[in-house]
Amino acid sequence: MKRLAALTLALLAAVAARADDVQVAVAANFTGPMQVIAALFERDTGHKARLSFGATGKFYAQIANGAPFEVLLAADDETPARLVTEGHGVAGTPFTYAIGKLVLWSAKPDLVDAQGDILKKGGFRHLALANPKTAPYGAAAMQAMGRLGVAETLKPLFVQGENIAQTQQFVSTGAAELGFVAYSQVIRNGAIGNGSGWLVPENLYDPIRQDAVILARGKDKPAAAALLAFLKGDKAKEVIRSFGYGLR
Amino acid sequence: MGNPDLAAVWLTLKLATVVTALLLIVGTPIAWWLARTRSALKGVVGAVVALPLVLPPTVLGFYLLITMGPHGPVGRLTEALGLGLLPFTFPGLVIASVFYSLPFVVQPIQNAFEAIGERPLEAAATLRAGPWDAFWSVAVPMAKPGFLSGAILGFAHTVGEFGIVLMIGGNIPDKTRVVSVQIYDHVEALEYAEAHWLAGGMVAFSFLVLLALYTFNPARRQRNVR
Repeated sequence: MKRLAALTLALLAAVAARADDVQVAVAANFTGPMQVIAALFERDTGHKARLSFGATGKFYAQIANGAPFEVLLAADDETPARLVTEGHGVAGTPFTYAIGKLVLWSAKPDLVDAQGDILKKGGFRHLALANPKTAPYGAAAMQAMGRLGVAETLKPLFVQGENIAQTQQFVSTGAAELGFVAYSQVIRNGAIGNGSGWLVPENLYDPIRQDAVILARGKDKPAAAALLAFLKGDKAKEVIRSFGYGLR
Repeated sequence: MGNPDLAAVWLTLKLATVVTALLLIVGTPIAWWLARTRSALKGVVGAVVALPLVLPPTVLGFYLLITMGPHGPVGRLTEALGLGLLPFTFPGLVIASVFYSLPFVVQPIQNAFEAIGERPLEAAATLRAGPWDAFWSVAVPMAKPGFLSGAILGFAHTVGEFGIVLMIGGNIPDKTRVVSVQIYDHVEALEYAEAHWLAGGMVAFSFLVLLALYTFNPARRQRNVR
C-alpha cells in the first residue's frame, strides 16, 4: 500500500513537472553553463527547462517557421531583436545574459603561445573557426584576424564548423591543429583546461553580447518568465562567470 | 546564382563523378564475389557493405573524422606515406563518399550477377572461354542494367550527401563546400532566395535522375531501390 502511494505521488509529481516545462533553444557555446543552470533552476523553482543546443541562425529559421521553443538564449543580440521586430519574440524581454569571450585554442599542449604569435608565424595546416556568416564567434574570429592583419594569409587554411561546438570538435580531435572557439568550451577552474590557448584581447573584436528573449509561444507562461528571472539572479551569474563569460 | 553557388555545383558534380568511377571499380569485384560465393563470410561482407544504408551519416562522419585524424590509424598511415591528413580535403571526401554510397552500387550489380545464373557461364566454359573471358564477354554484358542502376544511384546518392561532408569537410570553397552544405549555409544566413535556387535545382535533378532510372530501366527498379 505504501508503495502504491509512493508511485501515485511520483506520477503526480511527474505530471505537475510536465505542466511547468519550458522549451529552451540554447546557443551551442552556452551548452556547459546552461546544463548547470537548468539543474539549479529545477531545484529552486520546480520548473523543468528542456534544452536544445545548436546554431543561433538555425534556431532563428526554425522559430520563424513555428518551432515550439518558448525561450531563446542566442549567441548574439541581433537575432533576439529581429525576432521581436517580426513578432516572434516578446517585446521588452531581451536582455544580455552573458558576454562571450574568444580563445585561440589547440589540443596540443605547447602549440599556442601566450601572445598568439603563432597566427603570424604559421607552421600549421588547418585553422578552424565557426562559419563567420552565421556564427557570432566566427565573425569575431574574422574581426580579430583582420585587426592583426593576418586574415588574408591565413584564409587558405580555414576550415569552418557549422557552429562553435563543431569547431571545437575539429580542434579537439586534432583534425585541425588549432582554432577559434568560445572560452566557455575550454575553461576548467578559471583557466584553459587541456592543450594550449590564447585568450584573444577584447580590443581585437566587438563584444559578443549574448541576449535571451521570451518567444511568442512562451508569452504568459510562468516557467518562461521564471527562467529569465533566474538567469538574472546571482546563482546563475556565478555559473556564467565561472565559465569565463563577462557580465553586464 | 552567384559564383560560390556555381563553384559548389561544379565541385559536387566532380565529386560524384570521381566517386561513381571508383565505386564501379571497387564495387564490381565485391558484387561478383557476393553473387557467386558459397563462403560463410558472405553474410558478414554483405552486412558490412549494407551498413551505410542504416547508419546515420553522423556515425560514419564521426568515425571517419577520428580514424582519418592525426591520432587515428588511417591518419597515421597517410602521414607516414607523406600524404598529409584526409579530413578537410577533396580526397578525404572522395573516400568517405565511396563508403557512404557503396551499397547503392554493389547491390544492383550483385542482383544482376545473381540473375544471370550458372547456365550462361557454363555454356561459355564449354566454348572454352576462361573465367576472365567469360566474365567480360558474358557476365558484364548481361548485367548491364545492374551497372546502369548502380552508377546512377551511386552518382545521385553522392550528390545528395550532407551529414558526412558537414562533419569532415570543414566547408572549404572549391574543396569541400558541396551543394548540400551551401544550401544549409544559405538557410542559416537567411538567404532564402539563394537557397531556393539551389534547393529547387536539387529537387529537379533528383527527380529527373529517378525518372530516367524508372523509365529506361523498369525491370530492375523493384529490387534495387530501397
